[in-house]
Amino acid sequence: MPKDDIKIDLDIFQILNEDGKIVNTKEMPQLKNDDIKRMYELMVLARVFDDTALKLQREGRMLTYASLQGQEAAQIGSALAFQKNDWFVPSYRENGVFITVNYPLDMLYQYWAGDERGMKIPDDINALPVAIPVGSQIPHAVGIAWANKLMGRDSVAVVYFGDGATSKGDFHEGANFAGVFQVPCVFICQNNQWAISVPFKKQTHAETVAQKAIAYGIEGVRVDGNDVFAVFKIVKDAVAKARAGKGPTLIECVTYRLQHHTTADDWTKYRTPEEVDMWKRKDPIARLKKYMEDEGIWNEAYEMQVLNDAKAKVSEATKKFESAEPPKPIDMFTNVYEELPPEIEEQRKDFE
Amino acid sequence: MKMNLVQAIGLALTQEMENDPSVILLGEDIGEDGGVFRVTEGLWQQFGDNRVIDTPLAEVGIIATSIGLAIAGMKPIPEVQFDGFSLPMLDQIYNHAGRMRKRSQGKYHVPLVFRVPHGGGIRALEHHSESLEAFFTHIPGIKVVTPSGPYNAKGLLVSSIRDPDPVVFLEPKRIYRAIKEEVPEEEYTIPLNKAEIRQEGSDVTVIAWGAMQKIVKEAVEKLAGKYSVEILDLLTLYPVDRNTIIDSVKKTGRCVVVQEAPRTCGYGAELIATINDKALLSLEAPVQRVTGYDIPVPLPKLENYYIPDVTRINKAIEAAMSF
Repeated sequence: MPKDDIKIDLDIFQILNEDGKIVNTKEMPQLKNDDIKRMYELMVLARVFDDTALKLQREGRMLTYASLQGQEAAQIGSALAFQKNDWFVPSYRENGVFITVNYPLDMLYQYWAGDERGMKIPDDINALPVAIPVGSQIPHAVGIAWANKLMGRDSVAVVYFGDGATSKGDFHEGANFAGVFQVPCVFICQNNQWAISVPFKKQTHAETVAQKAIAYGIEGVRVDGNDVFAVFKIVKDAVAKARAGKGPTLIECVTYRLQHHTTADDWTKYRTPEEVDMWKRKDPIARLKKYMEDEGIWNEAYEMQVLNDAKAKVSEATKKFESAEPPKPIDMFTNVYEELPPEIEEQRKDFE
Repeated sequence: MKMNLVQAIGLALTQEMENDPSVILLGEDIGEDGGVFRVTEGLWQQFGDNRVIDTPLAEVGIIATSIGLAIAGMKPIPEVQFDGFSLPMLDQIYNHAGRMRKRSQGKYHVPLVFRVPHGGGIRALEHHSESLEAFFTHIPGIKVVTPSGPYNAKGLLVSSIRDPDPVVFLEPKRIYRAIKEEVPEEEYTIPLNKAEIRQEGSDVTVIAWGAMQKIVKEAVEKLAGKYSVEILDLLTLYPVDRNTIIDSVKKTGRCVVVQEAPRTCGYGAELIATINDKALLSLEAPVQRVTGYDIPVPLPKLENYYIPDVTRINKAIEAAMSF
């Protein structure tokens, strides 16, 4: 793309405001009522899934878990905007994306309960496993997108990371390679304002994440990450642009982590209840519900049905992962090499 | 045809790129310039921008995008210019290249070959002369290979490229142009778990790899037949050919391990532990170690005092023999 065409808009792009009103009719994507309901149902499912994980963790039935609450619009809105043949490259807070691409819920729980078999990604999902080292997955997505370009495949790579990751060299090197080689990669930064206890303003002296795109010669966009329509629209456009061979985009979804960093964290030590309450009023699910109610596609009966469906799915997933046979200890020696080297073969025999 | 190590590696790369369109090279100055050691000379002209890729000056970007490329079906061969610059890449090699097969429960694998000009002895600047093999052999999920001459360099590199797991290929830069041998144009491979017996002997086993092979050979020649020395060349450090090592030590009862890297926790220590495990009762003397010292590699004025030489190797052989 000629460098003159690079667009950086540092205003926050919004379609659905905090009161559930459409403020940008022109940009509102063409969505049928059923599409909007699907967005809502997935966001509710993600919230119920997350609440249940936190509850299971308190009861000792789940290990350290990273909540996505508050980021449902950023995750579900973006995940609905790419296609099945595209790649999704997660960090560790993307359960909403996993749920949207139809990853089995019981396997997600299984993974977060410490059983590696939960990350056996089904054949029909092009995703990398959860990446725990912050930002390390970003250049992998660039490599995947690059392979897609070199092999002429119709497939875009979409990578997720947080505001903390933008301080890492992996982000810089990945974004720089993506710009230089013009690969079909979409960078989605969920700026949830906090990297554990460090606020965004201590992460960078830059005003926004999106402006960092300027330095890489790629397009940068800043979007209200709690507005599912805006996220969907921006990501869909970026994916289409990448698919058309017009280069990568850095998207900053401005959002908020409503819960602790993980279950091993306590946010009351570093942020005020007033700040959290302020963001609760911007809750992405409440906002969409208000809009749907005004449009006549939400009522109490529907809400009950959506909640009950979500609870039933999550309860079934809980039962399934908790009743799974425990992993066989001997299996820890598999999937290290294609063929077990003699060194490990001997250790495996000792173990038996 | 007689060629040196640089030419043999270049030939292996050329032939594998001709055989397999998914093989691509990534690195700094490897394109039009042909690489700082001229290993990739002519390849950019033959294969073009999309297969011989001059990357930005970013080691982590090179290895990490290679991991993504490999997962998505390419066979990338990333290069770092000098061993000392590979350290920031260890994060990606340890956490992802070596672990992706496990992390994905076997869904993905990372068939890349990471080429590293390795070791000292070329009178280079600081950070250009490191021997980091123990860093790599300690990482689960990867293989570590180091040739000692043009013939085995070609065969080992072809095997590495065809291997489904990530391979770190340590190229002893000191001997890049120091040895010329007959290297067949025809395709051949050398298995990635076989050591070679360079010279048979019955008194003492000397184990070395990479550039140290040449020094060991010179040392043994200087002994002029005083002892019957068996020289082992490991070629692959992980998985290592323990059978050949153990058989040899059982036969000779004495052993000297030579490594360029610092002593503590060096690769030689693992070899000695293996010998103690499996051949202790055959030993007539403690296994001797000739190594670099536990200090940063000195600058060229003092480098030769650091790298094991003929005198130190022969002193160790004498110590093993006279115990």
